[in-house]
Amino acid sequence: MGALMVIFSLQTKQRRKRTDSIEDELELSAVRHRPEALEQLEAQTRFSRKELQILYRGFKNECPSGVVNEDTFKEIYAQFFPQGDASTYAHFLFNAFDTDHNGSVSFEDFVMGLSILLRGSVQEKLNWAFNLYDINKDGYITKEEMLDIIKSIYDMMGKCTYPILKEETPRQHVEIFFQKMDKNRDGVVTIDEFIDCCQNDENIMRSMQLFENVI
Amino acid sequence: MAAGVAAWLPFARAAAIGWMPVANLPMPVAPSNKNKRQDELIILNVSGRRFQTWRNTLDRYPDTLLGSSEKEFFFNEETREYFFDRDPDVFRSILNFYRTGKLHYPRYECISAYDEELAFFGIIPEIISDCCYEEYKDRKRENTERLMDDLEDNKDSKLPNMTFRETMWRAFENPHTSTMALVFYYVTGFFIALSVITNVVETVPCGYMPNQRDVPCGERYTEAFFCMDTACVMIFTVEYLMRLFAAPSRYRFMRSVMSIIDVVAILPYYIGLVMTNNEDVSGAFVTLRVFRVFRIFKFSRHSQGLRILGYTLKSCASELGFLLFSLTMAIIIFATVMFYAEKGSSSSKFTSIPASFWYTIVTMTTLGYGDMVPKTIAGKIFGSICSLSGVLVIALPVPVIVSNFSRIYHQNQRADKRKAQKVQKARLARMRISKSGSSTAFLHSKRNGLNQSLELTQLPYYKMKLSPQGSLEEDQQLKKTTSLLESQHHHLLHCLEKTTNHEFVDERLYEQGYLQTALQNFPSQSPSLSSEEGITGTCCSRRPKKNIQPLNATHTHSHTHNLQELSALHIQCGEQQPLNTSRSSLNLMSDESGSLNCKSSGLVTTAIISIPTPPSNNSRASPDAPSPPNPEAPPLLNPSSTDVVKISAL
Repeated sequence: MGALMVIFSLQTKQRRKRTDSIEDELELSAVRHRPEALEQLEAQTRFSRKELQILYRGFKNECPSGVVNEDTFKEIYAQFFPQGDASTYAHFLFNAFDTDHNGSVSFEDFVMGLSILLRGSVQEKLNWAFNLYDINKDGYITKEEMLDIIKSIYDMMGKCTYPILKEETPRQHVEIFFQKMDKNRDGVVTIDEFIDCCQNDENIMRSMQLFENVI
Repeated sequence: MAAGVAAWLPFARAAAIGWMPVANLPMPVAPSNKNKRQDELIILNVSGRRFQTWRNTLDRYPDTLLGSSEKEFFFNEETREYFFDRDPDVFRSILNFYRTGKLHYPRYECISAYDEELAFFGIIPEIISDCCYEEYKDRKRENTERLMDDLEDNKDSKLPNMTFRETMWRAFENPHTSTMALVFYYVTGFFIALSVITNVVETVPCGYMPNQRDVPCGERYTEAFFCMDTACVMIFTVEYLMRLFAAPSRYRFMRSVMSIIDVVAILPYYIGLVMTNNEDVSGAFVTLRVFRVFRIFKFSRHSQGLRILGYTLKSCASELGFLLFSLTMAIIIFATVMFYAEKGSSSSKFTSIPASFWYTIVTMTTLGYGDMVPKTIAGKIFGSICSLSGVLVIALPVPVIVSNFSRIYHQNQRADKRKAQKVQKARLARMRISKSGSSTAFLHSKRNGLNQSLELTQLPYYKMKLSPQGSLEEDQQLKKTTSLLESQHHHLLHCLEKTTNHEFVDERLYEQGYLQTALQNFPSQSPSLSSEEGITGTCCSRRPKKNIQPLNATHTHSHTHNLQELSALHIQCGEQQPLNTSRSSLNLMSDESGSLNCKSSGLVTTAIISIPTPPSNNSRASPDAPSPPNPEAPPLLNPSSTDVVKISAL
């Protein structure tokens, strides 16, 4: 009798496994993605043909299915910061790149984002940064959102830092930021305040040009 | 840096723009890639088969032959290609490693040929990915064991300087080494057989006594049997004592299974000698004679197959356990059912459930004695179900046991799981070391050569843009030891440091800094130190040590690097010198980077924080006098039961 029960459970498990694998296969085939043609991307972004080729080759090598989901994104980004925990910041980055909010970053999203970051005007770059900081995309950066962002950046540093990271360091950083940016002291930073303030800050302007020649 | 994602470095650097508005400090200058060539295809000619790949693909792993400048030695000027006189089939897997980041081991390849190719191309075998690693390790182990067996066979000749004791032990373990050993082997075998046959014949009825009763031979020829028994026990005792004398480790010998069998075989005789006169325990004495049958197990020394059978049963313990458990379940179920089914019929033998157990067992094992049979229809139906399921339950684990037996028989008892665990540990350690190269490389380059890059940030940016030639020398110096990819990665990490206004440091410096702040802060807050296992192996030096988690840490890093063992950490002034120099040079921006002076930096005086530790640790303390906060430190640190002595900077 015990044997009969065992056999029954094995059979149902097999059946369940088969349906699961069928579902998995459907998922995979649905997610495989082919990007738009090279000419179209050339027109939409500011990259040359060769640069797009190099970018796509690297992208497809790491993500053969043509799209990046959030976990792969976090994994890839974490490889560059072995000492700390880059997952929170990668999460915010992912949301910033995933402009249509469908949970995956396709090559078009990827290359559009890069085009703004590397070849865009200062205005566009600042716009992108604002979009990154505004987690709920409501047009205002609140102190809590900024605190999350700054904490995630400090997370990437890891534990072994000098001087030792304290609990209040991110909070202080947020205060400094808001003092600089929030001109009318209403507790939130709007896009205009942000862009105005950044354009008046020489350090920020200079650092925006830093990665011009990355590709 | 995992070179598989080298293609994403531009993306990571671009994403760093997200930090810029938040940073309060100016960013360092990016390494220029002036001499960046357009990516070109290179041709690798391996024994006539041409492989082509991008140069960047090979540059991903700069510490291998193909990724470094070592391949220039193989460059053929006339054909403008790199020629390697090696096996092209194995080269396929090696080139795929560069392309995909995963090294696979093809099953048809000979293990030593593969190892040689890996060694030639500078790739460590530990990088073999998990899908093929088991196979690789198994084949490697088989190979080494085969080689060792060959060696051992050659070693059978007598070694010159063996003591008498060692010779005897070898004779016992390996009867084929000398004639005396062989004689001894056969003699003991004969006596074991004799003893067993004696036990058996003792109970056979032979002849009639005057009172018309069948007597077993044992009672008729008591003296003869007693003499034979004595002789056998004498031989066995002598043999056991000789083995005990010759054993290299007597304690281990006494614990081994064979010696326990020996003892159990001869003990009943001696107990019987002692107790013959006492009538009450003669019943127990008779039971003891049953144990004489254990002498038959002494044959396992003489038979390899018997030993393997025993080992198989031991290794199939889980399958046997499953068999037993499922049988028990089934027996109880069926016995209950049969009991209630047969309750109605008169003169039923199924008087209780335990009584039905016998029926169930006999039916399930298809014995079918027929002393208990169901009479009602329901009983007959359930009885047939019982016998059918019995066949199935017993047939299930048996093939597993059989296959186990054959595997062990062929491998000749070579499975060793504990060794695999150790190997796994060593492998992960090696991989971690090679992977942690990235983060330690960053700290390394900070210490070595980034002073100059900091001076560059002092220049106003427009000057940088207008005079590209001036920066070329510094760039060349910077890139002397690091590849472009690495320098870009380091620049990225540097930007992060600037954004957060904190620096990446070594684990040791971190410990120092932590204790420094702890001592400074402890009037106001009492840091309760809880030692935490687990080390972020990537940021720390490879010395294993215990970690102390600061109370105020906002991050909990549960990285999976908990494989290193823990021991005490000792920092001494001498070791701090190179690290402190670089730190002070980065902070103070001093020109001279060569002065190694502990005292001048003003940061380093050694102190002892005393913790109740074993005296051996305290003896390593630096000869400097302990500083005033010392007496207050112990009561705070006592509650944490760490056994680490810290010598820290104040």
